[in-house]
Amino acid sequence: MRSSVGNPADEKRGMNLTLRIWRQKGPSVKGRMVTYEVTDISPDMSFLEMLDVLNEQLILSGDEPVVFDHDCREGICGSCGLMINGTAHGAGVAAPGRTTTCQLHMRKFKDGDTIDVEPWRASAFPVIKDLAVNRGALDRIIQAGGYVSVPTGTAPDAHAVPVPKKDADAAFDAATCIGCGACVAACPNASSMLFTAAKVSHLGLLPQGQPERNDRVVNMVAQQDREGFGGCTNIGECSAACPKGISMENISRLNHDLLGALRAGARPKS
Amino acid sequence: MPLDLFTVGDPIADTKAPMDVPIGERWSTRRFRARLVNPANRRKLTVIVVGTGLAGGSAAATLGEAGYRVKSFWYQDSPRRAHSVAAQGGINAAKNYRNDGDSVHRLFYDTVKGGDFRSRENNVHRLAEVSNSIIDQCAAQGVPFAREYGGLLDNRSFGGAQVSRTFYARGQTGQQLLYGAYQALERQMAAGNVEQYARTEMLDLIIVDGRARGIVARDLVTGEVSTHFADAVVLATGGYGNVFYLSTNAKGSNATAIWRAHKRGAYMANPCYTQIHPTCIPVKGDYQSKLTLMSESLRNDGRVWVPKERGDARDPREIPEGDRDYYLERIYPAFGNLVPRDIASRQAKNVCDEGRGVGPNGLGVYLDFSDAMERLGRPAIEAKYGNLFDMYAQITGEDPYETPMRIYPAVHYTMGGLWVDYDLQSTIPGMFVIGEANFSDHGANRLGASALMQGLADGYFVLPNTINDYLADGPFEKVDDSHPAAAEALAGVQDQVQRLLNINGTRTPASFHRELGRLMWDLCGMERSEESLRKALDRIPEIRQEFWTNLKVSGDWTSINPTLEHAGRVADFIELAELMCVDALHRNESCGGHFRAESQTPEGEALRDDENYAYVAAWEWTPEGAPPVLHREALEYEYVHLAQRSYK
Repeated sequence: MRSSVGNPADEKRGMNLTLRIWRQKGPSVKGRMVTYEVTDISPDMSFLEMLDVLNEQLILSGDEPVVFDHDCREGICGSCGLMINGTAHGAGVAAPGRTTTCQLHMRKFKDGDTIDVEPWRASAFPVIKDLAVNRGALDRIIQAGGYVSVPTGTAPDAHAVPVPKKDADAAFDAATCIGCGACVAACPNASSMLFTAAKVSHLGLLPQGQPERNDRVVNMVAQQDREGFGGCTNIGECSAACPKGISMENISRLNHDLLGALRAGARPKS
Repeated sequence: MPLDLFTVGDPIADTKAPMDVPIGERWSTRRFRARLVNPANRRKLTVIVVGTGLAGGSAAATLGEAGYRVKSFWYQDSPRRAHSVAAQGGINAAKNYRNDGDSVHRLFYDTVKGGDFRSRENNVHRLAEVSNSIIDQCAAQGVPFAREYGGLLDNRSFGGAQVSRTFYARGQTGQQLLYGAYQALERQMAAGNVEQYARTEMLDLIIVDGRARGIVARDLVTGEVSTHFADAVVLATGGYGNVFYLSTNAKGSNATAIWRAHKRGAYMANPCYTQIHPTCIPVKGDYQSKLTLMSESLRNDGRVWVPKERGDARDPREIPEGDRDYYLERIYPAFGNLVPRDIASRQAKNVCDEGRGVGPNGLGVYLDFSDAMERLGRPAIEAKYGNLFDMYAQITGEDPYETPMRIYPAVHYTMGGLWVDYDLQSTIPGMFVIGEANFSDHGANRLGASALMQGLADGYFVLPNTINDYLADGPFEKVDDSHPAAAEALAGVQDQVQRLLNINGTRTPASFHRELGRLMWDLCGMERSEESLRKALDRIPEIRQEFWTNLKVSGDWTSINPTLEHAGRVADFIELAELMCVDALHRNESCGGHFRAESQTPEGEALRDDENYAYVAAWEWTPEGAPPVLHREALEYEYVHLAQRSYK
């Protein structure tokens, strides 16, 4: 049987890179940038595979490997998220500019490059270790209202409620948010508005989301304030950094919904 | 079979399905006969659910809604990261919205046949029965399924079926279904019904008086190992495809929870049944860390081909029709490009073995959309598959709108898993296993769009109905850390963590994992033979020996240490790999994804041996040194006739 592993002779190897990586032992310890060299990096490697190479070196020399979150490595789970040369997920490095860190490939870099690698920086995302941060605040925003209350077994036939295709498609576009937090990291105010707006839009555009629409928006917005995210000033860095291209239109929709909800008397639960 | 590899124990059988009524009434009858728990008493009962994918997330949410006290565990930072999120193509249901002759019975039939007659009829029928409720539930949650202009749900076709029964949300169906379950789960957390344990990994099962009563888990942030108790434990920890190192699973997907439960007495069923998915992006180099699937839905419009001549190195666009071999359409005119996965994979391997493979290392075939682009136009293809095409372009640096995709099979799913009865209860009372982690519904090959169906069926509709029957005997006597069983399990986990750190050798966990994966792919992969499996069984103990004497883990256990986590998982993969090879060697027939070179039809298709192997192989762990014990569950087919699968 032939093996699936490629022939190394086929690969264009050879990039040598300098990495400056944020190392921080724990939440309450001061961190710093540490410089590492990696050699012989294939342009076909993903960014995280390049970090794997570094980590293997570190482990063998008895040093602690660089901790970073990652899981699916196919751009959908939302675990990974690094500031690369000052941009979230290396946006702007990748053409057409939309990517998760795991889908950024080394062919976007040049031999001899120096690359800065930092964690998401936001007070609502405390650093756990090195490049890993705690994004539990995003889950708590969902807990505040990012759902339709439909206990298992209570649903009518799926065709009982038709949804205009236009609405279904727009809801889908908003629903593709992977909760990675790049929007927060990219925002000068560290606002989570795009994340919250994506969920408010997704559910608010569908007939199934109508009964809770007003309460949802006021409670989710109140929760993001409680978590310490900054206010939205419509700068748009969030959308530019979003790996799924969630548009600013969702923020307009949230503001529209929020105003309507407040006018209708909805108030956040304390 | 030589006796040194395993011994044979008593047969095993499911006793929960009511066999006194016809198959169509068994699920409703079981639900009626299963005892209930009074809503007021549910508050007194605690259930641990490990894993938050489609099965675990939906189960934890539903049990929380029912009023049980649920403790939910997951190793990632958020329940929304579970690898169900990566499922692309769709979810099957027998709605017959297309009026194309679909029915519960047809979905049942297709699934049993697709599984090459190695699944349990009762479980599969129930799966088909509840499939429709899943779509209803998810639509009501706001899952943005693809819709037609009239506002109704759209469908597409998947392999192994001639009807269009697959519901989808572009190429991100798993993501959207998972978010539905995740949101329901977060709602229960907010309501205080579900307690959350993020970044926490189960490392052992606690059994008290013969019942599963808790788990030992490690907080991956603080490193602390602790015990958690409950009246029942549900494992929803997914499959073990990462035994092969390279697979479409997430990097963190692992077999540790099910394997440690197996070592505590849960039987492991059909571990050799692994699904090699035909359409994945080929391997690039030895640094490769995982493989990426290109959804089977692409075979609706993409045509698979290789050049007719070996070594034809022309640009695929320059190769004229007459010089192309659309081999699936040629060999299987009835199903064409939509044959089941095991068949498509093996044929891809065959043409590559003939030297007709394409790409840098000859391990690839073309998946070509030029006809569909001409027929439907680029915008239609973008709307259907846009995200997949983008993903392909990002990974390979090639534009699939311009040039055919290159694809190759890769490990994707494991049909084997912990043995469960009709109630989804394992051989350990009080431990239930749902989703990919159990073995029950897919036989020797899973059909496309059936994993999402099974995960949600188990979590939303099956487990919440069957677990009551067990919990009706509770609450059980209170246990805590002072119980000898808990103390022993806790100490065992702490010892192992320390042992992994103390070896201080010269090889990283990843290096062992790669070696094991390569060996399994070569010797226990798409094709297995007695020779290859014996070779694997000679080699695996050597790898295990070296692992425990030459492993290098840096850092300590008191904070996040991914190397330490990986080391523990690799230790379990090595043991599981050995059992997979024993299972593959003992099953001297081909069926579905298990293809034994010695057992094929003259046309090279999988040749089953129903007389000797129409059973589930449920393996019992024995302490080190002793071979595993085989317990056979006979498979009886009352409603589907055993036949050679034909897709021609």
